[in-house]
Amino acid sequence: MNSLVIAGLLLVLLGLAYQSGWSRSRGLATANGVKVHSRPQYHGSYVAIWTLVPALVIVILWAWLGDGITHNFIVGQIPVETVQSLDQVGLNATIARIKSLASGYGVAGEVLPYEQTAGDALRSFQFITFLVVIVAAAVAGVVALLYARSRITARLRARNAVERVINIALLACSAVAILTTVGIVASLVSEAYKFFTFIHPLDFFFGTVWNPSFSSTGGGAHGQYGLLPLLAGTLMITFIAMLVAVPVGLMAAIYLSQYAHHSFRAVAKPIIEILAGIPTIVFGFFALVTVGPFLRDVGGFIGLDIKATSALTAGVVMGIMIIPFVSSLSDDILNQVPRTLRDGAYGLGATKSETIRNVLLPAALPGIVGAFLLAVSRAVGETMIVVLAAGNSPVLRGNPFEPVATITVSIVNQLTGDSDFAGPQSLVAFALGLTLFVITLCLNVFALYIVRRFREQYE
Amino acid sequence: MTDMLSTGHQASVERTKLIRAGLRKRHLTENVFKGLGLAAIIVALGFVALLFVDIVRRGAPAFTQSNLHLSVTFDPAIIGVEPAPVRTDGQSDADFQAANLKWQRDLAMLNWNKVIEASLRAAAPAGFEIDTKDLLAIAETDARHQVREQFVADPSLLGKTVEVDVLASANAQNWIKGNIDRSLPDTQQQLSAPARALIDEMVASGAISNGFAWSIFTNVDSRSAPASAGLLGALVGTLWMMLVVIVLAVPIGVASAIYLEEFAPKSRITDFIEVNINNLAAVPSIVFGLLGAAAFINYMHLPISAPIVGGLVLTLMTLPTIIIATRGALLGVSPALRQAALGMGASKTQMVFHHVLPVTFPSILTATILGVAHALGETAPLLLIGMKAFVAAVPATPFDQATALPVQIYLWQGNENRNFFEPRTAAAIMVLLLVMILLNGVAIYLRSRLEKRA
Repeated sequence: MNSLVIAGLLLVLLGLAYQSGWSRSRGLATANGVKVHSRPQYHGSYVAIWTLVPALVIVILWAWLGDGITHNFIVGQIPVETVQSLDQVGLNATIARIKSLASGYGVAGEVLPYEQTAGDALRSFQFITFLVVIVAAAVAGVVALLYARSRITARLRARNAVERVINIALLACSAVAILTTVGIVASLVSEAYKFFTFIHPLDFFFGTVWNPSFSSTGGGAHGQYGLLPLLAGTLMITFIAMLVAVPVGLMAAIYLSQYAHHSFRAVAKPIIEILAGIPTIVFGFFALVTVGPFLRDVGGFIGLDIKATSALTAGVVMGIMIIPFVSSLSDDILNQVPRTLRDGAYGLGATKSETIRNVLLPAALPGIVGAFLLAVSRAVGETMIVVLAAGNSPVLRGNPFEPVATITVSIVNQLTGDSDFAGPQSLVAFALGLTLFVITLCLNVFALYIVRRFREQYE
Repeated sequence: MTDMLSTGHQASVERTKLIRAGLRKRHLTENVFKGLGLAAIIVALGFVALLFVDIVRRGAPAFTQSNLHLSVTFDPAIIGVEPAPVRTDGQSDADFQAANLKWQRDLAMLNWNKVIEASLRAAAPAGFEIDTKDLLAIAETDARHQVREQFVADPSLLGKTVEVDVLASANAQNWIKGNIDRSLPDTQQQLSAPARALIDEMVASGAISNGFAWSIFTNVDSRSAPASAGLLGALVGTLWMMLVVIVLAVPIGVASAIYLEEFAPKSRITDFIEVNINNLAAVPSIVFGLLGAAAFINYMHLPISAPIVGGLVLTLMTLPTIIIATRGALLGVSPALRQAALGMGASKTQMVFHHVLPVTFPSILTATILGVAHALGETAPLLLIGMKAFVAAVPATPFDQATALPVQIYLWQGNENRNFFEPRTAAAIMVLLLVMILLNGVAIYLRSRLEKRA
């Protein structure tokens, strides 16, 4: 409600400002017949920007400081001896009750007299401060409007000023990407640091037992947080996924780029790429209800004990998911190999497959390896397939037919449920996230380095 | 001479033979290699087909629901309440409200299951022996609310008999649709033997029939009445998130692409921004969830489980995609256009916003839709910001608690009533895939249409 009123006020101010700048500029141009530097819409925008900034500053200041001021006001309304008798939690509860009384919703239980008076006082306080903020914003806006309007002359370089503002806004937008990275690193590092005050980093990175519950025996009162079982599970699933995705993806890319008729390619390529657009939760479900039971039955048929949720199931389905990633990257890289190399091989009498195996692939090898590494980083960070299909058994073992747990699964398990960021039970998610972030970052940077270096060879 | 010639000839014949033999081998290898390539394609296409066929085959049954056609008698012997309060002259608003509330409270206290039980018994053949508990297990648990609301809306029904359609319970639907193996022994069946017999009886007599399950689209998720659980809450939650993504990601993404491509001086800082954006595009999605949990929820105290937080997280995830695609599009605009604009006296900003940017609209639009489609299917980061919580309401604002379509799928696949929720999960997946295919279709259509014009 309040925010709607403020937004409406700002919009009206903006419209007024634009209109006034615009008409002033038109008047200038028609009255004296002088040559005005900027077009009327720039003068309009110029005045609008001048008007918006002070009004917005006041509103944002209030949004920023208002909560604290209101808080102090409420505390001031509660009798001093009551404040002293309450602890922090009780005080917060009282404040919440008073706020609720002021909003008119009422509270559960009996209302104490001082709560009622405080609630009434708060209500009038909120009303008055709201009016003050609105009036202050409006006055500041109007004053700025009049000032900006008075500055409009034929020689005012309104366009340049407006363009400078646009430029700053664009720069601010680019900064969002940086801020995101800073936010990721800052939140991961700070929360992981808190985690490492509970658990020694050596115990985390080299521990072989993952048992994040309160345990009375062994690794202290916080449970054991050994990364190695999770890392092993992640690597095993990634390895299986690459075992599926690399041959299929690479051969598909070779066939599509070297053999296929262009009409076949036009149909097959988009269909394979559909795989890349399917949400991973769908793959997870597919793995859980179809692939897992199928693999278990096949295992039973040939005498292998394969669990329905296992590293194998998750790995196979993840491999399917990565196929289009491998194939389209390999396709691009194969197409970048210069024609002359291929024609040279044909000229010597080589068959197509010989050309591909002896000329094309070696030439494209670094790029393809880069593509594989990118696929690996994607498999390492993949979550939903493993959450559903890997079985979540954080035990260090080498059998791919058994359930495993991965880093991503453990992040999900530790951070869903309660988001209390106080204990190592949930903070460990950030240490795991940091590990994951560093692993995938290294893989990506290395892969991009290889791909770029290779590309430059022919240019 | 002739000897040598003949040996030479012979050698060449032999060489030809050797080459022929080698050639046959080489051609064989060639065909094997080519066959392997084709096999890889077939495997990949086979996976696509298998996945879609499997999901559709599993999900299709969930789109039908079994309805019980009951003759419900609003028996005064069971519904022993006073008649609905009528507003008398001189009665104040508050008094009437209080009387009305008391009446409704009295109604809520009644055992409406007795009404349902009576009508179910009426539908059974004469002399059919069955426990009350087993009998009520046939109808969905919210049938009693449905009947009560009907009565509240029209109190004149007291003493009358009306035809009412209620949903069959999840277990009954499993039995009717064959989601559960009918040959399983009694101990493993969810319904008792008489209940199962009665269901078969009612199906035969037409008292149970199948209809399209509109409730999937019009109901919110439900724990107590699984057969009526629907996707509406998740759909609306997803729409709110997509709105946040579109409102934030597109302007910010396009603006930063414009800055980097058109205005930024080539310096260390812009190089750094560029590397940064490429890296962000490759950061695992779950890390964005960690960022959301730490920054938006723990630090900024935005509401947990809210689409606004989900939207913000997905926005940060989608930004790199949009920035990279927009930069590509801007790079593709011909320099002639720029020079023409500058030559006519446009400023650099005017050139970009009036001439270059409009040409790139098709590509930006397509990239946006593809980015949004990707964000739509994202699950993992949403689990970390609390959207996994059970929410049985349609979120009215982006600050309300909500769930999202992929998260709903995740919740349903984990439901204990596997037989019933597996088809329902597949059905939800079908809805999600349909939305994604539609979005991709729109992207392809727009690209082909707008690019021709441009």
